[in-house]
This record gives sequence, structure tokens and C-alpha cells, in this order.
Amino acid sequence: MTGARYIADPEECVQSVALDGLSVLFHRPSGMTHIVAPPAPQILEALRMGPADAGEILARMRAWYDLEGDEAADAIEARLEELEAAGLVSRP
Amino acid sequence: MKHSLSLQIGPVAFRIGSTWAAPLDALARLYAGYPEPDRICDFTVRLEPESPWRRWVRPSVAIHGDYVLPDAAPMSLAHGLLAAEMGMNLQMALGQKHYLLLHAASVEKGGRALILTGESGAGKSTLAALLGERGWRLMGDEFALLDLDDGRLRAFPRAVSLKNGAIRVMEREVAAERFGPRLDGTPKGSIRHLRPNPRALEAMAEPARPALILFPRFGEATAVRPVGQAEVFMRLTQASTNYVSLGGAGFDALTKLVDACPSAAMDYPDTDSAVELVETLWEQAA
Amino acid sequence: MSGARLLVSALRDPASVRDGDWNALIAAARAEQLIGSLAFRLEGQKLPPKLEAILNAARRDANQQRVQALWEAEMTRRALAPLDIPMILLKGNAFHAAGFGASVGRSVGDLDILVPRESLVSVETALIGAGWERMKDADGYDDLYYRQWMHELPPLIHRTRDRMIDVHHTILPTTARPTPDAGALIADSLLLENGLRVLSPPDMIVHAAAHLFADGDLAGGLRNLWDIDRLLREFAVDPGFWPRLAERARLHQLSRPVALALRLAARLYGTPVDPSLADRGRLTDRFFEARLLARNSWGQPVRPALRFAFYVRSHWLRMPPLMLARHLWVKAKS
Repeated sequence: MTGARYIADPEECVQSVALDGLSVLFHRPSGMTHIVAPPAPQILEALRMGPADAGEILARMRAWYDLEGDEAADAIEARLEELEAAGLVSRP
Repeated sequence: MKHSLSLQIGPVAFRIGSTWAAPLDALARLYAGYPEPDRICDFTVRLEPESPWRRWVRPSVAIHGDYVLPDAAPMSLAHGLLAAEMGMNLQMALGQKHYLLLHAASVEKGGRALILTGESGAGKSTLAALLGERGWRLMGDEFALLDLDDGRLRAFPRAVSLKNGAIRVMEREVAAERFGPRLDGTPKGSIRHLRPNPRALEAMAEPARPALILFPRFGEATAVRPVGQAEVFMRLTQASTNYVSLGGAGFDALTKLVDACPSAAMDYPDTDSAVELVETLWEQAA
Repeated sequence: MSGARLLVSALRDPASVRDGDWNALIAAARAEQLIGSLAFRLEGQKLPPKLEAILNAARRDANQQRVQALWEAEMTRRALAPLDIPMILLKGNAFHAAGFGASVGRSVGDLDILVPRESLVSVETALIGAGWERMKDADGYDDLYYRQWMHELPPLIHRTRDRMIDVHHTILPTTARPTPDAGALIADSLLLENGLRVLSPPDMIVHAAAHLFADGDLAGGLRNLWDIDRLLREFAVDPGFWPRLAERARLHQLSRPVALALRLAARLYGTPVDPSLADRGRLTDRFFEARLLARNSWGQPVRPALRFAFYVRSHWLRMPPLMLARHLWVKAKS
């Protein structure tokens, strides 16, 4: 399935600190701070390999993590929309 | 401005101008014993009449200065001291860009600082004031200043703003000479200001390393709960008026603080239990 | 010297600042939204450590404001990209986007953009779809006032970022007498590498002058003229700039405000200006100067009668007298 394609800013644009299971991100281009839970940090990591849609991201993530269930792609799509609203990912 | 007064509180110097003498007279009495202020002031506060005739007719004090709140309601001249205090709070909240500001009380013991933060009315000011009389050094009751370079807290010991029931609690502990006038009928009820004790004033320039963060809550049975670091981080940013404006430096300082400092939520039914609980938790954190 | 005079003097000639009333300088700079610009102008001067610390914090704050301004512009660009219409940044945001000298230390408020009039509705829809909202207390009359008579949509605010955006279709209210050519402004706009658009340099000056004199009561005038000073020094390096400015000012029916802006910038900040464009001085120039400098050493606005005269003048310029009367009547009733 092909949905909307997204890109993420390069690694040096985001400073990340882990605080008990969550990630606190400082996004340099916006000066904004975000607190995100998995799989958001993993989605960003996957996107840094190159532009992708939800399906491709899922495939990349399956290479690193054990992902259960059919809803995984929908969940990723939903997270992508949230990340886009926050400005952490965009459409090329 | 017809009347003026400068104050040095921790690392911050204010110059306060006023159309009327009374508020500044009260302010000078409240801040007796504070150090000589820097010639160069960080902020300007101005107490002005709401409109020209309100200087004399039902005098009405509007709070102005470097930073203003556009639709703030003016106050009666009887509450002029409160207007001056609010003016200083406003400059800090809107204009402080050197230190990370946390809306928190803080006290120090052995060179290490305890941060008491949480919602307004949770009792942090009173608790901090009380600890200040029970062997701790009061660093501040309203704002905690986090140094972005070294991660230490700077003292900012303004007069403690006591409300309603808390006034009686402290009147039992502290000599009358350290209190400002009792102001009734303010938007927050009755208020009385309390000057920190000589120890707090003497040590004003000494920073302290944060060692424990507590979220106190008054009015519940004694209880202690851990608070997740991410939650602490989020609550501290919500409690900060200038976190966003400090960009990456603010992020670094706050993540380091949360990472290095244990924290807990504590509920307490009365002030004596609170003091006991704080001492216990402080020892555990050492 | 009064607060405002100290400020102008320090901006104009940083090396001339001497140990004096620093508190007055800081208060005036903050009141005039020029503390960031002042802090960068004074960088490197030998100053008392306490003052240096204050200015250092102001510089850091200005840098953060710049980051936020550029980000707001970028998120707006993303929201409007599907519409494929020109979106032109105005004022401080434009200076930052283009990296002009005028952006150094420049504080930034709302985002102002210029779009074609016919796309206003689709722009508002796209923005609302991307997280902006109408302001809560927009009552019926104010809304009507904005849409019919002003040159912009009622302001929108972003739901999570809490920043306001003003969408304009021209640079002066449609009720004002000079009628700038919005189409020409858009046609001549510059596309920057980062995908953002700004007005062409001559149009930027015309806009700054229009904003200062034909749309405002001169509040914030010291900053506007400082913008003009910084922009002109940069643009005038190009010898073709002055004739183009003359041509554009004529096109937009704003030759007189531009001339006045040049004269006042020269008077206050010593800006080198083309004498034929600046035109001969007027007797009223000194009243404008007095209004601009009406701030004392406590940062208070002074000269109330003069300020009131300019306040009435600004509304007079915006609206014909009958409209003005009705507007003030309705506002008084509410």
C-alpha cells in the first residue's frame, strides 16, 4: 500500500534525552521541545534513512524490532500525522 | 517619577518608581536589611495612576514597567505594596532571560537545594517559609532561578507572600517586625508579606546544587509517591514562564536537572507533618 | 538626555556610549522593542559587566526569537504549499527569512503575510485545516470591520504553537487614500533559497514607510525607522536602487510617506539618503521627530497632547471621517 510520503530532519537537528522510557526531543529548527513515546522515536529513526510512507517505515522498523499485529501500519500512519502537526516530519 | 526605590534581590536589581509615596515607604520597610542595590537595574517597575484624575480621586494604581500585561486590572492605593510585588513578579515572569525560571519555592541545607513545586495554592510558599525557620535557609518562595551554565540554583529571596490561613501559621512562628501590613480584600483574599530571616539575607549570593524535587500537596493524608522523570520534566516546563525562550540552553539545563535530581510527590494534612516528611525524604535523597 | 534620545544615540553611534544613565537606555530600548537591536549594536563595546550580562541575555533571546520566526514562516509555507499561490512575508519575519542586516537583534511579533486577494478564503480554510483558529472574542462588528474595510483577515492563532498570523491582501487599508498596487508587489516579490518569499527591496522600503506613516500612530516608530535605516544602507550599495525606489513609490502612490521616512531616518539615525527622493524638509518634520522621541528616562511615554494628535491622525488616514465617527461610536457602545 502506498500512502503519503514523509521526510524527517537530519539527526543533528534533533537532540534527544531518554527519561524513563520516553524521549524528550529538542528540535533545533523550531526551538520546540516535544515529549514522545515509542514508536515515535523509532519512526523518526526509520525516516532518517530516506523518504518513506507508513508501509516502508514499517518494513524498516521490522528489520530492527519485533512488531506485532495488522494495526501496526495504521498506528504508524496516525503517529506520522501527529509528528507532521508537531513539525518533526514533513511532506517533500 | 516622583518617588523611587531600588532593591537588590539575589542577582536581580529592580528600580521601582511610583506616583505615590505610600507604596514605596511600605516596600522600604518590608525590605529593610537587604543589600545595597546595583546601580544598573535588571528591571524597571512603575506604579502609575490608571488615568490622570485617579491619582487623587479613588486612587487607582496601574502596574507598568519594562514588561506589562495589557488588560491587567488596576489596584487600590491601599494595596499599593501588593502592586509593587506583582510588578516585580511580572518583570521576572516576562523578562527574565538569563536564568531558567521555575515557579517554585526553594530552601537550602548543607550547600544543597530542595525545590518545592506544583500548583498555586498547594502550600509551597508556606512550607518553604516554615522550613526557613526550622534550620533551613530560604532561597525563594515564588521563583527558583536555575543557572544555565553550572546547573546551580540562585537565591531570589523576595518577601514571602502569605495568604489567608498561612498568615496565622507564620504569625505564630515569627516576630511581628518582619511582617508587612495585612492586606484584605485582594483578588486572592487576605495577604501578608513576610521578610525572610537574617540568615536568608546574608546568604543571598550563595548558590546551591539542586538535590531533591518535591511536589507537595496540602490537605491530604500523608503519602509519598514517586514521579516519573518525563512527568517531572513536563511539570517543570509548565511551571516555567521562560523555558521556551531559552531554546537549547534551557533544554540542556532542565534535562540535566531532571536526570540528576530525585523527585517525589508528597501529600500532607498539616504543616508539622509536612516538615517531618520533608526531613525524612531529604535524608533518603542524600 | 531623555531615554529615547539615549537610545537613538547609542544605535546610531555605539562607540559614543559613555557611562551614564544605563537604566534609562535599557528602559527606552525595551519600551521601543529595540533591546535586541541595541544589544547587538553594543556588542564588543567596553561596558560595565552588569550591563554586558543584561545585553548578553537580550542577544540570546533575540536569536531564539529568530529561530521561532523562521519556523513559523516555514510551517505556514507547508500549510499553504498545496494552494500553489504566492505567499509573501512582511516586516520582521521577512528580514529574518532574507538574512538582511535589519534582522540583527530584530524582535518578532505576529507573522504577517501578503497573498492575492482572490485567494483569501482558500488561505483561511487551509490555515484552519492546519491547526490555526479564529480568535475567541471575534464579535460580529469587528469581523465585518476587518473583512470589509481593513486589508487583512481577522487574525488567526495557532492552536498548539500559540502564535498569531495576519493575512493581508494589500499593505494599506482599502479605506485609506493611497492605493498601493498589490498585484505589482506580488509580481516583483523575491523567491528565497529556503522557499520563502519577500517583497523586492524597493517595495520593502515603500511598505515600511507606508506602515510607519499611513497606517500607524507612530507607536513603534523608532523601530520602524531603524528597520528603514538598516535596509537602506544595505540596498543602496546597488546604484540602481534609488531610481527604482522612486519609481515604485510613485506606482504605489506613496512618494510622500517614503520621502518623510527618508528624512526622518536621516535626521535620527544619520542614514545616507538620496536628496531628490527625500525632498526638502517640512516644518512638520520636527513634530514627527518629537513624537518619536517622546519617552523619558523611566520609559514612560510623554507629550500626551502630541501623541493624541497622532492617534487621531492615524485613524483619519485609515478611514473617511463618516466611517471614523461610526467606528468610534460602535466601539464606545461595546
